[in-house]
Amino acid sequence: MWFLASVFFQRESAMSQPSTLKSMTIGESGLAALFAVTAFLCVIASAKALDTAFAFHAGLSAAASLAAAFCIINRYFDRPAALPPAEINGRPNYNMGPIKFSSFMAMFWGVAGFLVGLIIASQLAWPWLNFDLPWTSFGRLRPLHTSAVIFAFGGNVLIASSFYVVQKSCRARLAGDLAPWFVVVGYNFFILVAGTGYLLGVTQSKEYAEPEWYADLWLTIVWVVYLLVFLATIIKRKEPHIFVANWFYLAFIVTIAVLHLGNNPALPVSVLGSKSYVAWGGIQDAMFQWWYGHNAVGFFLTAGFLAIMYYFIPKRAERPIYSYRLSIIHFWALIFLYIWAGPHHLHYTALPDWTQTLGMTFSVMLWMPSWGGMINGLMTLSGAWDKLRTDPVLRMLVVSVAFYGMSTFEGPMMSIKVVNSLSHYTDWTIGHVHSGALGWVGFVSFGALYCMVPWAWNRKGLYSLKLVNWHFWIATLGIVLYISAMWVSGILQGLMWRAYTSLGFLEYSFIETVEAMHPFYIIRAAGGALFLIGSLIMAYNLWMTVRVGEAEVQMPVALQPAE
Amino acid sequence: MSFWTRHQIFEKNSIILVVGILVVIAIGGLVEITPLFYLKSTIEVVDGVRPYTPLELAGRNIYVREGCYLCHSQMIRPLRDEVERYGHFSLAAESMFDHPFQWGSKRTGPDLARVGAKYSDDWHVTHLTNPRAIVPQSVMPGYPFLAQTEVDPESIADHMRTLRTVGVPYTDDQIANAAADLKAQADPDNAGSDAFGKRYAKAVVRNFDGKAGTPTEMDALIAYLQMLGTLVDFKLYNEKANLR
Repeated sequence: MWFLASVFFQRESAMSQPSTLKSMTIGESGLAALFAVTAFLCVIASAKALDTAFAFHAGLSAAASLAAAFCIINRYFDRPAALPPAEINGRPNYNMGPIKFSSFMAMFWGVAGFLVGLIIASQLAWPWLNFDLPWTSFGRLRPLHTSAVIFAFGGNVLIASSFYVVQKSCRARLAGDLAPWFVVVGYNFFILVAGTGYLLGVTQSKEYAEPEWYADLWLTIVWVVYLLVFLATIIKRKEPHIFVANWFYLAFIVTIAVLHLGNNPALPVSVLGSKSYVAWGGIQDAMFQWWYGHNAVGFFLTAGFLAIMYYFIPKRAERPIYSYRLSIIHFWALIFLYIWAGPHHLHYTALPDWTQTLGMTFSVMLWMPSWGGMINGLMTLSGAWDKLRTDPVLRMLVVSVAFYGMSTFEGPMMSIKVVNSLSHYTDWTIGHVHSGALGWVGFVSFGALYCMVPWAWNRKGLYSLKLVNWHFWIATLGIVLYISAMWVSGILQGLMWRAYTSLGFLEYSFIETVEAMHPFYIIRAAGGALFLIGSLIMAYNLWMTVRVGEAEVQMPVALQPAE
Repeated sequence: MSFWTRHQIFEKNSIILVVGILVVIAIGGLVEITPLFYLKSTIEVVDGVRPYTPLELAGRNIYVREGCYLCHSQMIRPLRDEVERYGHFSLAAESMFDHPFQWGSKRTGPDLARVGAKYSDDWHVTHLTNPRAIVPQSVMPGYPFLAQTEVDPESIADHMRTLRTVGVPYTDDQIANAAADLKAQADPDNAGSDAFGKRYAKAVVRNFDGKAGTPTEMDALIAYLQMLGTLVDFKLYNEKANLR
């Protein structure tokens, strides 16, 4: 723990002015008091809880609140009288602590999430791995996997990179003193509550929105603070324009807030129990769910990571963004069209046809802005393509955009009703998701972390580029195995379901189609294992970068990316 | 002033940018979701769909808790092979009291929208305890712990009250007798069975797990599975009147 603490907190006492007047800020005293009260209430809630999961979570919250109050007070005693200045010698004094914390958590959750993915992939190949225990069965581990990779890994990458990019591109220190810490720690606490909840059977069963009402409420608070910190930093900016990456980050933060509030209104059975019933029912609930679900893809996994693309690729390639005008069209077209695409998850269901048709039409149209963004990212390499040979980090970023292009072509294709009648309910969907998740989100996140960790920790470079190369190739091989296995199994299963004999009978029983999946489930698990191994290499590389990397003496002067 | 110059208003004012984003993302959702709340054709007019009995509701909560929806859909599409494999395509009305819906998105296992009355209770008990005892190629996890866990009859009324607040038409009578009804449905010899049958049309009263005593989670889950898709009588259903 001492090491972690020294990694995240760089003492700034050297710069402090000697002063005898030291007092707690309103934020410090208010927040410490608030956490103390929360701890007290949580102890009571834990004692009076109706179910063990709620008692456990209330106890966890009490402990976390106490720890938070202690940390705030301890930090006050340790810090110099004056808060860190916004500028030192005319240069912005960037706040890297929360970024380091979130980067670390991203790597941790990434490895954990990939590991759970490998476990559940293996369970489908060898069902005895479920062990017939409640907390190890597929149904409880699957949300753990999806939440760990999307919200824990992806979310921490987004928060870390957004805090980094907004400071650098605005040339302003992150707004707030405790607020950024509240965001990163609070968000990870949400992950902890959500994840342990799944294992205990606490879920509202809405895919990618499984956490129960109290976790949702906590996330709402954290998210509003996130928006405020981000927005306040933009407002403090020293640059006249808001950089394009920040538009995408803003769209991501604002829209996720809207989606979260729209999909999750629920009434708890008791304020002392974990179970709640969602306000929407049946068909309306289905529509709300996939309006949310598809735009969790659109705004969490796309808009947010496009922001990463728009900052890190130009920065790493030391080239300006290909087209400023294309980025404007890309931005508005993407966020306008994405919101409509949800109903393609409900083709041929009881959802009215007019909604399905609208969803399909907009999904097909969505192909255009998606590829506009891909072109903008790839063409940024103009004049710097040779760097792909020498810089595996840039290669990772560029390949991620290629995967983005591939899955944003596949997506609109699968949203066409005829295609969807075959692909829906099969592994093809799983394959599609993972070409986006592993190829696009995974690789762009790895690229961003490989860039950001040396920058945030003030290191000359990564510990080993050779290891990045190994990571790249092992993970790429893993992805290829994964998605091709799922394509074959998905299409095979879809075709088997609808196969008829010459006498007009269904040719296969359902279980025969399950049996046919077995070899592909093994190949998929092997692909997942390779991806996990790649991430372990990365974790080692980043760890060594922080521990033994040479410190950067002066900030390098790089070309400014165009706005 | 060109379009590109005009766009600078968004690039230089963060609040205008946020408002712009909000307006642009609001349109699609409003157009697609709002009409579903008022267009009468959205949900078919059907006889027979009723709220879940207390035991079925407890079973449904187990179905949700264990994440069954991650491998089993409850939504039969109007495609020839699906209708022949699973039965009549699913109606919107059949899930109108579902908070949340359980249509699912993946069929690692078969669709369950009409699994009710397809297999015997014994089959379900054996299958849920160890799926490979009945279907050797199955990849489903076993749930032996369900038979060892009792359902709490006393708390179910609170659940029904909550559901009533979000729109499920439970009557005062149903809520007042919730605990007794929960026990009665799994116990055919119970004196309250008749009254229970009057409160919930077409509800099946059986000792689902074959064991005496307070209903277990196995009873509840099987009671839920055995009613899935059985409420609408498709011999009487007016297909033409509900064409959309």
